[in-house]
Amino acid sequence: MLDRAKDPATLLIAPTGGGKTLAGFLPTLVDLAETPHTGLHTLYISPLKAWAADITRNLRVPVDEMALPIRIEDRTGDTPASRKRRQRADPPHILLTTPESLALLTSYEDAPHIFAGLKRVVVDEIHALAESKRGDQLFLALTRLHVLCPGLRRVGLSATVEDPKAIARLLSHHPDPCNILQADPGPDPDIRMLETKEEPPWAGGGAAYAIPAVMEQIRQHKTTLIFHNTRAQAEIFFHNLWLANSDALPIGIHHGSLDRYQRERVEGAMQRGELRAIVCTGSLDLGIDWGDVDLVIQVGAPKNVKRLVQRIGRANHRYNAPSKALLVPANRFEVVECLAALDAVKAHDLDGDTRGPGPRDVLCQHILIRACAGPFDANTLYTEIKTAGPYTHLSRTAFDDCLEFCATGGYALRAYDQWQRLQQRPDGQWQLRDPRAAQLIRMNIGTIQDTDTLKVRLRRARGGKPLGEVEEAFAASLTPGDTFLIGGQIVRYEGLREMTVEVSRDRGRKPKLAVFSGTKFATSTQLSHRILNLFKQDDWPELPDHTRSWLHLQRQMSQLPEQGRLLIESFPHDGREHVCIYGFAGRNAQQTLGLILTKRLDEMGLDPLGFVSTDYATLIWGLEPLTDATGLFTLEAMRDGLDAWLTGNAVMKRTFRASATVAGLITRNTPRARKSGRQATFSSDILYNTLVKYDPTHLLLDITHEEAMRGLIDFGRIEEMVARTGDRIDLRRLPRVTPLAAPLFLEAGRTPVDGAAQERLLEEETARLMAAAGLTN
Amino acid sequence: MNGYGFDFAGARLVALGSGALFWPDQDLLCVSDLHLGKSERRARLGDAPLPPYETQETLTRLESDIRSTGATTVICLGDSFDDTIAAKALRDDEALWIASLQAGRTWIWIEGNHDPAPVAMGGTFRREVVLASLVFRHIAKIGENNELSGHYHPKVTLSTGHNRITRRAFLVDQNRIILPAYGTYTGGLRSNSTALQTLMGPDTLAILTGPVPRPMPMPRLSG
Repeated sequence: MLDRAKDPATLLIAPTGGGKTLAGFLPTLVDLAETPHTGLHTLYISPLKAWAADITRNLRVPVDEMALPIRIEDRTGDTPASRKRRQRADPPHILLTTPESLALLTSYEDAPHIFAGLKRVVVDEIHALAESKRGDQLFLALTRLHVLCPGLRRVGLSATVEDPKAIARLLSHHPDPCNILQADPGPDPDIRMLETKEEPPWAGGGAAYAIPAVMEQIRQHKTTLIFHNTRAQAEIFFHNLWLANSDALPIGIHHGSLDRYQRERVEGAMQRGELRAIVCTGSLDLGIDWGDVDLVIQVGAPKNVKRLVQRIGRANHRYNAPSKALLVPANRFEVVECLAALDAVKAHDLDGDTRGPGPRDVLCQHILIRACAGPFDANTLYTEIKTAGPYTHLSRTAFDDCLEFCATGGYALRAYDQWQRLQQRPDGQWQLRDPRAAQLIRMNIGTIQDTDTLKVRLRRARGGKPLGEVEEAFAASLTPGDTFLIGGQIVRYEGLREMTVEVSRDRGRKPKLAVFSGTKFATSTQLSHRILNLFKQDDWPELPDHTRSWLHLQRQMSQLPEQGRLLIESFPHDGREHVCIYGFAGRNAQQTLGLILTKRLDEMGLDPLGFVSTDYATLIWGLEPLTDATGLFTLEAMRDGLDAWLTGNAVMKRTFRASATVAGLITRNTPRARKSGRQATFSSDILYNTLVKYDPTHLLLDITHEEAMRGLIDFGRIEEMVARTGDRIDLRRLPRVTPLAAPLFLEAGRTPVDGAAQERLLEEETARLMAAAGLTN
Repeated sequence: MNGYGFDFAGARLVALGSGALFWPDQDLLCVSDLHLGKSERRARLGDAPLPPYETQETLTRLESDIRSTGATTVICLGDSFDDTIAAKALRDDEALWIASLQAGRTWIWIEGNHDPAPVAMGGTFRREVVLASLVFRHIAKIGENNELSGHYHPKVTLSTGHNRITRRAFLVDQNRIILPAYGTYTGGLRSNSTALQTLMGPDTLAILTGPVPRPMPMPRLSG
C-alpha cells in the first residue's frame, strides 16, 4: 500500500480477514506521523454505521501505542448533534463515516472549510457499495470532494469479486487510472454439502429436516455462523434450533429487523466468544471480523456464488487456514443448486450481474444536494459528474432533463413557474429559490429504501422492551391473539398503539404466522447455467440418492431442461390444466413471465386462473390445455404483453415510489409524519396515476420503467432466456404431473390472475362483516 | 348512478363511489375537501414541485358527478382550496371551468380551516348551512345532530385474508356523516384514529368508496 500511496486511485482486493482495512490507513498514519497536518486528512467510508465506530476504536490502538497526535472520530446518523457541529467547525484528522453522512456533509455551505486539506479517501467494502445506489451516491459525492480538494487520492477495499476492473472503473476519478492490487486469496475453502439422515422436503425453505445435523455441527465447532436468505427463514430456523437445543448451548439470532439494542448485544456476546452459534442473514455479510468463527453454514440455496464465497470467508479469519463451510439445501431442487454452486466455488467462477449506467434518480438527488451547498454552474456540474465512474457516459440531454426536473418538476404543463425549486440567476448560475428548502432536501438524503415498518414492543406494563420491527403490511394483517416469531421468541399480538405493535410473550410452541419480511434474491444467471449443464450428465453420482433418482425419473417421464432449449410441460392435474415453463431465469423474471403469459393465455381463450414461480420455473393453471406454443415466446410478443400489463401494475407503483423518493419528489415517510396520522400526506400511487394519465412521457415515469425493468421485473433475464433458447421450444403434452413440476404445487406465493379479484374479495369481506354485525345491505 | 342509499335524519341519501354524497329530494350534491391548488401551494412553500394536474383531475370527476346526478345544488364542505392564495392562483381555464359548472346551479362554499376567507369566485360563502333537516359544516361538532361534515378525510383499511385494501370512506352514525376527501391530492385518516373513534358512535357504518360503494361496520380495533 505504501508504494502506491501517491497513485490517484488504488483498489485493494483481499479476502475477508486479510487486514485490508488497516492496510488502507497505513499511508495516512505514516504521512500524519511524518508531517503535522491541520484539519481533515483522511476520510473513511463504510456501508455500515456500526463499523465506522468499530474501526475508530480499532484504529486508536496503534495510534495511541505510537503516541501519534492524531484525532480520529466517526460521524453517522447516530452521532450527537453537538459533536456533529464541532466536527464541522474543527474537523478531526481522520473521519469515519457512511455514504449518506458524507452526502450530507457536502450539502453544507461550509463544505470547503470542512474538507480543506483532505488528502485521502478510503472506501471500505466497496464491492457491496458497488451493487447499490448507495455506491452511485458515494461516487457522485467523491466528485465534489475532488473539486474541493484537487489531488485527492482514493483507495478502495474490496472482498473477492468476479470483475475487479469494473469496481476500479467506479472508484477512479475519470479519466485518471486506478491500480488494482490483488492480495493472496489464501487456501481454497473446505466446503461441502451437509449430510443428513433425513431427506430434504420437495419444497419450502425452512430446512427443518436438517436441525439435528446442524445441532451436531454446532456441538463440534467453537463458533458457527448459520446464514439464511430471508429474515423469516432465520426466525423459523432459530426457533426450531432452540427447541432441539437439549444441551442449552448459547445460540443467538441476528438480522436487520431486530432492535438495534438486541443486535448489539448479540454482536458483543459474539466478540467475547460467548456464543456457540449465530443464526443470521445478510446483516452479518459485512462488518466486524469474527476471529473465532470456525464454521459457516449456509441454509437454503446460495443463489449467488460470489455472496457464498464472501460468506464462507467469515470462517477462519486467519490468513493461512482454509475456511470451513457447509451447504444445507432446503428442498430437493436446492440440492442440485448447491452442487452447482460447489462446482463454481471450486472453479473460482464468481458470478455478478453488470449494473447499467448510473441511475438518474440518484443524479437528481445529487443536483439538489449540490444546490444546497450554494449556487452552481450547470456546465461545470455536468463536467464534474462525468468524472464519476457510474456516470462517465451520461449524456448532456439526460443531465439537462434531470436538472429541469429538479428546478421545475419537468412537467409538460408549465404551471406555477414562479415557484421553481431551483432558479437561474442573471449570471446563469443555478440556486435554490427558497433557501429554506435546503432543510427538506437534507432530510431526504439517502438512497436506502425503507419499507414502511412498525416497531414491536412488549406491552408497556410489562416493561415495554423493544423487540424489533415488522413490515406495516404484516402488522395490518394481524388480529389480536395472533402469534408470530420475532427475535426467536413467540409473541402474541395485543394491539396497535401510536404506530407501535404491542405484543406479549406467548407460551405456545407453534406460532400462527411466521412470515414478516421476504427479501428474495434471484438465482444468478451463471448459477442457473451451471444447473442446466449438470442436467446434461448421464448420471449424477455426486448427488444423494433421493435427488439422483428424482432427476432420472424426470428424464424417463418427460425430459430435463437444457441450456439451448425451452422445456414446457402441459398436463392435467386435479381437474385443472397446467403449464410448466422451465425458463431458469430467476425468481423475479419467472414471476414476470407468469404475468405476461397468463395474459396471453387469457387472450387465447385458455382461461388461466393463477400461477406460481420459483427461480427455475413458472407453473400456470387454468381450464384449457396448451397444445401449441408457437409465437408465445418471441421477444416482441412478450414486450407487447409486458407494456400492456405494466402501467397499472403494483410493481411499477412500488418502483415509482422508490425513485420518486430518491429523486426528491416525495419525502421519506418519517416516523414523525406517520404519527401525525397521514392526513396531510397522500399515497405516491396517486402521483403515479396522475402522471400516467396527464404526463405519460415524464422523466420519472421513464426512470421508473428503467428501474423496474432491471429490478423487480428483471426483463433482462427474460431476454437472456429467449436469446439462449430461441425457437427451440419443446412443448411436451403429458398425462400427469412430472417429477420436476411436482414441487411447484407446494410453493407458496400464488398469484391469482383475475383482475377483478380485488373487487370480489372486497365484496365478500364487507358482506361477511355486515352479516357478522347483524346488518343487511 | 352507482351509489349506496341510506336514511339519515329523515332524508334519503346516496353515497357515491366517487366520494360525493347525493340527496335526490333536493337534487343536491355534496363534496368535501377538494383541496384545489394543492400542488401550487406546495411549490410556493418550497416543497418539491408536484405534478400540476390535480385541479384538472378533481374538476373532471366533479363534473362527471354533477352531470350523472343532474344536481342543481352543489355544496362544497370546506377546504375546497388548499389555501386562499391557491384559490387566486388557479389557472384561467380552471377558474372558467368552475364558473361553467356553477352556471344555472346553486353553489355553496362552506368555509374550512384551509380556506376560511371568501375567494373571488362565484357561489355563496357560508360558515355553515341548514337545509331541511340537515346541517352542513366543515368540522364535526361533538353534541350536534343531523350533521354533515368533512375535514378528517376518513379512510378504512380492510384485510381480506389475501391482501389489504385501503379506501376512502363515508362514516355514518345516527348523529352525523363524515364525508371522505374528494380532492385528488388528499390523504386519509384511518377510522381507528382517536379523533374519529371519539366522534362516531358505536354503530357507525363505513361506506367504502370505489367502483361500487360498499358498507361495513366501521373498523374500530387498531390493526
